[in-house]
Formats: sequence, C-alpha cells, structure tokens
Amino acid sequence: MPKLSYRDASLAAVQHSMREDQTVWCVGEDLGRGGVFGQYKGLREEFGEERISDAPISEAAIMGAAFGAAMIGTRPIVEMRFSDFALCATDELVNQIAKARFMFGGQSRAPMVIRKPMGLWRSSAAQHSQSLESWYAHIPGLVVVCPGTPQDNYSMLMAAIACDDPVVYLEHKGIWDIEGEVDFSKKYEFGKAKIRREGSDVTIVSWSNTANLAVEAAEALSGQGVNAEVIDLRSLWPWDKEAVLQSVAKTGHLVVAHESVAVGGFGAEIVATVAEKAGHTLKGPVRRLGAPRSLVSYAPNLEDMLRVTSEMIVTAAQETLEKAN
Amino acid sequence: MTSAGHNFERGRLLLEMMERIRAFEEQACLAAERDKLVLGAIHPSIGQEAVAAGIMHNLLKDDILLSTHRGHGHTLAKGASSLAMMRELLGREGGCCGGKGGSMHIADFDVGMLGANGVVGANITIAAGAAHAIKLLGDNRIVVDIFGDGAINRGPFLEGMNWAVVFKLPILFICEDNQYSATTRTSSMTAGDGAAARAVSLGMQSTTVDGNDVEAIADTMADIAARLRAGGPPELLHAKTYRRTGHTSFDPATYRPANEATEEEKKNDPIKRQRAILLAAGMSEAEIQSLHENAQKEMIDVLKKATDTPFPANETAFQDVQDIGSPMVEAY
Ligand SMILES: Cc1ncc(C[n+]2csc(CCOP(=O)(O)OP(=O)(O)O)c2C)c(N)n1
Ligand SMILES: [Mg+2]
Repeated sequence: MPKLSYRDASLAAVQHSMREDQTVWCVGEDLGRGGVFGQYKGLREEFGEERISDAPISEAAIMGAAFGAAMIGTRPIVEMRFSDFALCATDELVNQIAKARFMFGGQSRAPMVIRKPMGLWRSSAAQHSQSLESWYAHIPGLVVVCPGTPQDNYSMLMAAIACDDPVVYLEHKGIWDIEGEVDFSKKYEFGKAKIRREGSDVTIVSWSNTANLAVEAAEALSGQGVNAEVIDLRSLWPWDKEAVLQSVAKTGHLVVAHESVAVGGFGAEIVATVAEKAGHTLKGPVRRLGAPRSLVSYAPNLEDMLRVTSEMIVTAAQETLEKAN
Repeated sequence: MTSAGHNFERGRLLLEMMERIRAFEEQACLAAERDKLVLGAIHPSIGQEAVAAGIMHNLLKDDILLSTHRGHGHTLAKGASSLAMMRELLGREGGCCGGKGGSMHIADFDVGMLGANGVVGANITIAAGAAHAIKLLGDNRIVVDIFGDGAINRGPFLEGMNWAVVFKLPILFICEDNQYSATTRTSSMTAGDGAAARAVSLGMQSTTVDGNDVEAIADTMADIAARLRAGGPPELLHAKTYRRTGHTSFDPATYRPANEATEEEKKNDPIKRQRAILLAAGMSEAEIQSLHENAQKEMIDVLKKATDTPFPANETAFQDVQDIGSPMVEAY
C-alpha cells in the first residue's frame, strides 16, 4: 500500500478517474503548471492542455462554463484555488448548478466536482482562510464533503468524480503534506461517517482537519482514563445521523468541534438533531466548539485566537463528563 | 431592404412562426390577466418575435440554445411543444419542466433548449461552457445564447465573452436589444457604444441587424451559422427591437412616453412588416390571414387543454433535487 500525502492522494484520484473516463476534465487558473498547491502536478503532461485546462481569472466563468459543459456530456472538475474566491461564483453554484435539475423538471444533470481548498493556512488572513462548509450544506441540490485524511482524499474524490450530482469538495489547505497509507481499492459511500477511534465514554463529532485534532484529543484523553469515540463525518450533506445517534446512545456525552465559525455552523445542526432524537438519553451538557464569530487575522497570535485546538477538545470532553447529570 | 421574393417558402415559415409566438403570448397574457391562471410573472416578447423566428430557422434540432426570462418565443421557435410550454406557464403536470420552473425557467432539452434563466446574464457563461464541451467532445453543433440589452452590464458578459474568444468556441452571442431593462431605459445606464462595441473590443466579429426585419435576421444568421459550423470563432449579433408590453404582463409601463409603443407598432411591428413583404412577393391576403388564424386556433386550444390539465402530484416537490442526500429519502 503506498504512503501518500493528502495532496498526492487527490492527484492520484484525478489521474485514475481521467484514465478511466475520457469525459473527465479539469479547469481552473494555473492548472497547467500543476495548480497552486501542486495538486495537479504532471497531469498536463499526461492528459494535454484541453483536459487540464488553464482558465482566465474569471471564477464566475469557470463555474458557469463548467456547468454548461456538465449539462451536455462532460464531467468537469472545477478548481477554485481558494474557497474564498469561489464566492465570486456564488450565483453560478447556488442559483444555477444546484437548481437546474429541479427547475427543469429533471431534464438536466450537473455531474461536476467543485474543489475549494478551505481553512486556516498560516497568516493568510481574512480573505484566504475561511471555512464555509455550513453555507453549502444549507443549499438543496448540493452534495458537500470535507475529506480529512489522505485515504479519504483519494476515495472521496474518486466517488465525487463519478457522482451525477454536483459535489462541493472542500479540501483543507493546511494538510496538503500530511501522509498516510492509501488503499486505492477502498470505495467511499456518501453519507457514511468514519469512526476514527472507538470509545464508550464520550462522542466527539468532527470533520476535515479538526477530525485529526479530535483523534489527538482522544489519545490525550485515553491517558486520563477517558475513552472517547471520534466520528469523522466526512460528508456534511448527506451526513451520517445514524453513526452519531448510535454513538451518543452508547456514551451519553457529545462534543462537536469544527474550525468554522460556531454561530450558524454545521455543529449546531448536529446538536439540534441529537437534542430532538436523543435529548432524553444525554447524561451531560453538549459542548460545541467552533471559531468565535470574528475574523481571521494575519498576525500568528491573533490568528490563533480563532483556532479550535486539540487541547480545547480535551477540555470540552472533560467538561461534559464532569457536569454529568 | 429585404426581399422574400427569392425565398418565398422561407418567408412563409418565418411569418408562421412569428404568428405562433405572438398568439402564444397573447393567450399567455390572457391566462395571466383575465383568467388568473398564470400565477407568477411572465415577460412577453410581443414585438420582438423576428429575432426568435429568424435565428431558430437556421438552427438544427441538436444545436444548443440558451435564453432569458423573456424566452417563450425562442423556446417555441427552437421546436418546443406549445402545449407543454403553456402547461408550464400554468404550473401543470406535463409542462416542459413538470410545472416546477414556470415561464422564467422554461427549457426543453430534447430540442436543445437548455433553459431560460431567472438571473439576468447568467446564461452567458453557461452557454460558453456548452460550446466548450462541444469542442472537447469533437462534435459540430453550434451554440446560440440570447440575452437582453440590460445583461451587458453584468460581469458574466465580460467573463463569458472573453472565455469564448480565448477558447475559440462555436458560439453566437445575441443581444436582443429591446431598449429597456425592466423600467429603465438601458442607454441611460450603459457606458460606451453598447454590446457590439464591447464585443469588438474583445476581438470578436460583431454584426448589427434590424431586429424587426425577420428576413434580414434569417439571412444574417444563415451566414453566421455557416461560419460557426466551419469551426468558429465566436461572434456577436446585435439586434435592435422594441419591447411593446411592460416589463411583465402586469406592468402598465407608465414610465415611458404614452405613444411610444403605438408608434413603434405602426412603424416596426415585425409581423406587419413580414406580411407586407409576402404580399408584395405575391402571397394572397387569404393565405396570410390563414397563417394568423391557424396560430390563434392552435394557442386558444393549447390554453384550453392546459387549463384542463391537473397540477403536478405533491410528491414531485421533492423529486429531482439530487440523488445523493435526496429529500425523497430525508430532507432533514
Ligand atoms: C441578476 C439580476 N438582477 C436583476 C434582476 C431583475 N430583472 C429581471 S429582468 C430585468 C431586466 C433585464 O433587462 P434586459 O437584460 O434588457 O432584458 P429584457 O427584460 O429587456 O428582455 C431585471 C433587472 C434579475 N432577474 N437578475
Ligand atoms: Mg432589454
């Protein structure tokens, strides 16, 4: 089994999909030279400039044109460079891509993957650091996924490219270099969470890079005799309610942690669902961790003020256990 | 100046299509105002039918069309069924979009019509992408995207046109200039010399045609289509016409000079002009009248049938949103 970086795992997924299916192509700024994070390196040489297509700095046109191309028989992979710039193509994604199939009474499909590298990336400040996954989860018509490991960035991208729905594919740009073993034969099923660590005392639900921090937190907790279960949701729409409810039924304690702003975040959706369906089984208060509703700074100490850390997850788990009913 | 003399049959087809579009929209307006059966806004293209008829005459079924909120004429001329369209306007079962889109999202993929759009200018980039895919797939269809004079002040106009030029795509952008953007005269809000000048600045070949002269539009489009089928590059066509109704069927258009619309009708109604051409070319009054009456009959019948059609089944409100995470399975 090869050991690959998060970046190279995604590269392998694109490469394997493009070899299998001639209608898959990639379009975005600076792709010819390998993409700004090197996640397309070497693909131009193998597939040529039509299938690894550069684009003008026209996010609306990249998104809109890829959509037009998706409606008539190709499967575009759209690269938005930074998820922040994808906001320049909001109409195209939200009003057009997400709605076309429905508005046209099922006449069209938009089989496309929209890659939007998101998240804190040291000293990138307010316009290059956002995580807006909960916005997309709010939009009917979109599938929303947030891979957090090299294995998932392979299997989930393969599945996203093969999917007939538009998939908002949110990679975390802080973890391009993390490495892990990648089994190319592993298939990803949308809406299936991954139990990253089994435990019976407290359930920690997370996704993207924060799921990695949750695993670290669980290891620290185990040193204190607390057995935490870590659920990496991986996809936010659809999301694996079953996995969360089953785990909470077992532990009676819930911590939800994500990097994006807590207010109106997807963590709130999870907590609300648990409250509705299993509130009576909870043995302690729910803890929800997310960024304060403030803006990301340039200075490292200020940037850190908005960061959810593994230490904070440990503390949150301790608090829900301490305040047990 | 135009002459239908050399192509009498084409002239007849063009008039017939314009009559059908006019009759369709007159019935649609009646359904909205008199019958209160069209619940949402409709944007009539009465007075602008020459563009739809002249352009679509030169497109094949597989060619791709994208249009605007004012797209009934374009859609009908591309070959969509008048009954399916009327059902859509009334939000009924069997409407081209199952009653889920209405007038502003009318589409018929079977005839290459990829949709009107409720967002001004949005189809410009999408159309460029359709042409992009055609080039990638190596087939020889062409794409036509029609937008209004107001749309050229939106960003997608620049982004989509630049895209088409950079990638040398087989697409024609048509600015159907009816001189108004909703309740504002477009010229008062537009810098420079408008759509054609902007296209020229991007290195695009740009043609201007009398948008009320269906023969001239059909001639011009025949040439452009031949160039696009031979491999492009993209072009722009500016067709100046006039919006005779208000912005929507509900809009009395009190913001413009009282006699403007009637003067325009007298001088420039594309149907009257085409009738005169055909009469001069030897078509009988009776035949001209029968084209009119047949169109009226068709659309009165279509409205009646649409009115008698049931609304869509409730559960279709959750259909065709997405396969993965479908609201048919679980909405929340
Ligand atoms: C992005 C956007 N802004 C505003 C509107 C509201 N609106 C609908 S049609 C219209 C006027 C468009 O003018 P034009 O492009 O000339 O087309 P016409 O209505 O004349 O056919 C406006 C402002 C809209 N639908 N989309
Ligand atoms: Mg206009």
